[in-house]
Amino acid sequence: MRITADTKVCVSAGMCVLTAPEVFDQSNEDGLVTVLLPEPPEELREEVAEAVRLCPSRALDIS
Amino acid sequence: MPPTKAPDSLSFPVRRRCPFAPPPEYERLRAEEPVAKVRLPTGGTAWLVTRYDDVRTVLSGSAFSADGTRPGFPRLFPGQEQILQRPPFIRMDPPQHGFYRRMLIQEFTLKRVKTLRPGIQATVDRLLDELLARTPPVDLVDAFALPVPSLVICQLLGVPYDDHEYFQSQSRIAASGTSTAEQFASALGGLRAYMDELITRKQRNPGDDLLSKLVTEQLEPAGELRREDLLMMCLMLLHAGHETTANMISLGTMALLEHPDQLAALRSDPELLPDAIEELLRYLSIADFVTTRIAAEDTRLSGTEIRAGDGVIALLAAADWDPEVFGEPDRLDIHRGDRRHLAFGYGVHQCLGQNLARMELEIVFSTLFARIPTLRLAVPVDELSYKHGTLLYGVHELPVTW
Ligand code: HEM
Ligand code: SF4
Repeated sequence: MRITADTKVCVSAGMCVLTAPEVFDQSNEDGLVTVLLPEPPEELREEVAEAVRLCPSRALDIS
Repeated sequence: MPPTKAPDSLSFPVRRRCPFAPPPEYERLRAEEPVAKVRLPTGGTAWLVTRYDDVRTVLSGSAFSADGTRPGFPRLFPGQEQILQRPPFIRMDPPQHGFYRRMLIQEFTLKRVKTLRPGIQATVDRLLDELLARTPPVDLVDAFALPVPSLVICQLLGVPYDDHEYFQSQSRIAASGTSTAEQFASALGGLRAYMDELITRKQRNPGDDLLSKLVTEQLEPAGELRREDLLMMCLMLLHAGHETTANMISLGTMALLEHPDQLAALRSDPELLPDAIEELLRYLSIADFVTTRIAAEDTRLSGTEIRAGDGVIALLAAADWDPEVFGEPDRLDIHRGDRRHLAFGYGVHQCLGQNLARMELEIVFSTLFARIPTLRLAVPVDELSYKHGTLLYGVHELPVTW
């Protein structure tokens, strides 16, 4: 599982950080999403998928 | 001038009947007429959108615009055009919207909001000390639900809390939904003048607060922010920062007290609190129709043709009670654990203050029910008076005893 985050569309709502704090963070400067674990372990799949679904700007993708 | 007649006789806003549930008409609309034309109190018409998927479609993507300056943008209340002529960023589209929102994002990230926790906890503790020192019944709205978020946003922005009676009374007039255009203009004028003076004071004597930061770093000539835009942005933050959370505190307390099984479950397992708050946000959806938009192009929604320039109201309470997404939506179930609700909106305008609001609600509910275990309503719910027709739904007064 690989995560991509598009900071051009991220609106910094922080839903991803709330849902999968191990995987996502928000930058201190601009609040934009940063991916802590670009290839998270399989056991986090459900959390990550939920974060992708909840992102209000559809900035996140898993492949 | 009499309102122009819409093909359908439904007029907006539709009244809630049960103090908690969305108007029952939404259920029929969602099933039979998911995109329905309504008459607005200001005379025009707009499409009411009631299905979860359609509401998300309206609020994301570029087919619908939040740009309040577009001719025909739906106006729900007389006088609203005075704001829509030059609105704050909640009524702008990208890329301008992002220019302003980005100035504020750092202040509202989860990390930043967490640093405010001890201060908010101290505020909540102090207000409850004062409340408990009084003889019940006490109005929970006035003594607690409004002061908590009000103190928090004043401190964050750098607005003197001592002025709260003035700006709260003015914003109440501006947001009442029943004010005339003249009353609205005078309230808005007062708020503008108040904020303008405050900006001047911060220019002379900046402090350690958001407004000072914006004044010193972003305002012209140091930055690119025009004074008028800063002014409207701060008024929006001040208003959005307390009216919303205040209504959630009072109605949320009421909803828990009226569902003793849910309150008992929450008491026995405090870890349920975050889920309980998401469920209260869904169940109450107090910002039901703030999400107005205008179609930017010809498009279709659930089979209905929408023309460019048509007004649209994406009903959040209707989406959050869509049985296709939330089974038994009329049941308050703090175990639901479903964050897909749209109580904070969706898309690029999704609430900037949501992390702050969640934290305030967490501290409030955990402390309130622990400190006052015998808390109960002093007046039955059907005898209370509710904020029907205002932009944000709530209860005017909530007398409680213990
Ligand atoms: C439980 C409390 C709250 C609820 C239910 C709520 C609801 C909403 C909703 C539905 C929107 C989207 C409006 C739209 O798309 O047209 C919104 C936007 C916004 N909210 Fe909140 N809100 C709450 C608390 C707060 C707080 C505490 C603040 C603090 C400052 C805040 C500031 C904002 C701002 C600035 C926007 C505009 C964001 C943008 O356009 O990018 N809100 N809110
Ligand atoms: S949920 Fe989406 S929009 Fe919000 S911070 Fe994460 S990536 Fe950005």
